[in-house]
Amino acid sequence: MKKFWIATKDAFETFLHVPGTVTRKGSHVRDSIDLKRIMILVVIALVPAALFGMWNVGYQHGLAVGDTRLNILGNWWWGFLRVLPLYIVSYVVGLFIEFFSSGLRGEEVNEGYLVSGFLIPLIVPVTTPLWMLALAVAFAVIFGKEVFGGTGMNIWNPALLARAFLFFSYPSAMSGSEVWIAHKAGESLVDGFTGATPLALDSAAQYSNTVWSQFLGTVPGAVGETSVIAILLGAFILLWTGVASWKIMAGSVLGALFVGGIGDLAGITAIPCWQQLIVGGFAFGTVFMATDPVTSAQTETGKWIYGILIGALCITVRLFNPGYAEGMMLAILMGNTCAPLIDHIVTSSRINRRAKKLLKAA
Amino acid sequence: MSKNIVLKKGLDLPVTGEAELRLSKSASPDIVAIEPACFKGFTPRLLVKEGDRVLCGSPVMADKKNPDILFASPASGTVKEISRGEKRKLLAVLIQADEKQECLDFGAKDPSGLDAARIKAALLESGLWPFIIQRPYGILADPASTPKAIFVSAFSTAPLAASPEFTLGDRMADLQKGVDALAKLTPGGVHISLNAKNCATTPFAGLKNATFHVFEGKHPAGNVGVQISHISPIVKGDTVWTVSMEGLAAIGHLFAKGNYCVRRKVAVTGPAAIEPNYMEVLPGTPMRVFASHFGGDSEGVRIISGDILTGRTVGEKGYLGFFDNQVTILREGTEKELLGWINPLRFNLFSNDRSYFSWLLPKKKYDMDTNLHGGPRAFVMGDSYYGKVLPMDIYPLYLIKACLAGDIDKMEKFGIYEVLPEDLAICEFTDPSKNNIQDIVAKGIDLMLKEMA
Repeated sequence: MKKFWIATKDAFETFLHVPGTVTRKGSHVRDSIDLKRIMILVVIALVPAALFGMWNVGYQHGLAVGDTRLNILGNWWWGFLRVLPLYIVSYVVGLFIEFFSSGLRGEEVNEGYLVSGFLIPLIVPVTTPLWMLALAVAFAVIFGKEVFGGTGMNIWNPALLARAFLFFSYPSAMSGSEVWIAHKAGESLVDGFTGATPLALDSAAQYSNTVWSQFLGTVPGAVGETSVIAILLGAFILLWTGVASWKIMAGSVLGALFVGGIGDLAGITAIPCWQQLIVGGFAFGTVFMATDPVTSAQTETGKWIYGILIGALCITVRLFNPGYAEGMMLAILMGNTCAPLIDHIVTSSRINRRAKKLLKAA
Repeated sequence: MSKNIVLKKGLDLPVTGEAELRLSKSASPDIVAIEPACFKGFTPRLLVKEGDRVLCGSPVMADKKNPDILFASPASGTVKEISRGEKRKLLAVLIQADEKQECLDFGAKDPSGLDAARIKAALLESGLWPFIIQRPYGILADPASTPKAIFVSAFSTAPLAASPEFTLGDRMADLQKGVDALAKLTPGGVHISLNAKNCATTPFAGLKNATFHVFEGKHPAGNVGVQISHISPIVKGDTVWTVSMEGLAAIGHLFAKGNYCVRRKVAVTGPAAIEPNYMEVLPGTPMRVFASHFGGDSEGVRIISGDILTGRTVGEKGYLGFFDNQVTILREGTEKELLGWINPLRFNLFSNDRSYFSWLLPKKKYDMDTNLHGGPRAFVMGDSYYGKVLPMDIYPLYLIKACLAGDIDKMEKFGIYEVLPEDLAICEFTDPSKNNIQDIVAKGIDLMLKEMA
């Protein structure tokens, strides 16, 4: 327990400061970059999506109850109050486990959970019961990360593991047309209103959501995933700073267009392939989750393969699995699983090629 | 001359404190030290005791495994002290230098008339053999072996490195003799690498009996290990030797004049150095000789023998390393910075990462200090984050992880034969997880040496 308090104190100390420690071994000067700055940049990139998501929670509620009198700020505040408990639960549960296990390992607390904890509320329905969220966070942090040795050692993206845990444990709370809209008990909904995400609607109704509203994000969905504009803002920050790989993002888009295009041509779906990119969690997953440096492929060629695999898998699930409308979560988890294998193939083939070349030269 | 080899990856550190091309004084210290820690891969056996008289070039220690390899005193005088550490580990032999220096005479010889065995014998008896470094592993060369080739880098891209044209431009005759001698030791010849920036004007391009390669690129393009990996990569079973320019001049001097002369011009550099310029000294010179450059008081500064990426912290009481031609003086960065990691501005800090704005100011130089700028973490960023500053055809992070795991097969596969810790120093600089990469690689190499012996 004493260790836990020391780790906690240290974590807050270094959270506020860049520590005054100096180099002891090796290079005497070091780059000013550290993981804390990289992680906080991802959080900053997520802020537009989070702010928009909060507004959209309020806006969707207004639509659902037929009361659209609230202005932008009013809608945002309404949504903020609904999303805030999710954030509190996500950070309190996640950070407690993180601090505790760092104490056990005798290491400084890693800032990786700052990002995971920010992501989790954005990828779940706003109506998720808090106890379910707490369980999911605990599962993801303990079994997704700490058992492997903490941030940097994990195989799967912890935030997505939390989402997957919820999805498979409590499917009724995670899908359908009720869960995406926050409303108070007793409030009566407008006749004929559906809170289903565009993906879950049948093909005729999908077009009732205009492309513009899907792009803008004024449609039902998980908190942070609806607005492509807000996500693109985040993508811009991540690509400008080089924190996320453009190869993974581009690969994912290409893979999605490819499978979506086949679907179009074969007449499997009525959705044009480009529209697959702006509905559901595709954009959010591509920009923020697939590019996680720990769980994605490491080599440059591997990043292309990994990205394409994720994009293609996501649309494959969407097209061929009528029971489950969204494919991004499973596609990324599958991509995470395959990433080490992809890297192994890429590195081995380059090393063998080089060895052959050297043999020839000798 | 062959085509330029252009290296796109790499990073030149924009640090202040470059030495002005001016010799401030030549100091003759009263004490010089011979430190076994400067050399890798040997166990020292002492050949002198306190009170013994030595001349410049007299052997002071030998390699226990290979007693032919001698280490000589750089000055004449009396053995003042044999300094030992824990478990009686030999730290240094201190020589009280004479007023008037006397050299042991080995006899001038013309290397072109000698065979390999005679040249080896001359290098061994004079104590100059330790200048020859064997790769893989960067250890003392084995006199019984014949290397594939011998490589010399005639330029350095390390931060604030001494200008070899300034330090050795007046010793062309010695350098030529050195090349002639070394060329006899290998069927592959002597390979000299030049910098594309000055290959047209440098006097070194006029050396004969050598093959030239021209490199263009940022640090570590001047590292001999990086150059070898582009000229003729080391594969399992290969042996190559490398010699520094200082070593080449000292070897040439032995054949030209018949004595042991390792005196060299040393660049005193660094953001905390007062009037950075050059001094002519011996290796093993005490750091207090450079006191005027750090203001006499070493409080709050770090005194490094070597450059800021690979040098050794020696402090005020330490000595100049055997291979070093540079002293760097840095401020210790012990101040905390409130919320520094989120401050978007931090214009006074350099980073290779684009989350800072220093990439927009390519001309700016920075007063770097020794702050770690973060806490140690597990590796989070991928291989290409490290690979983008390393112009070698290897996967640095995979190699580092193989070293951490102590996995010999993987280390071989990912290129442990081609690197020394110094080649990955720039990856260590850019690592946001603040791992001691050079230390990890050094331990990997030690494991290879132990397992392969």
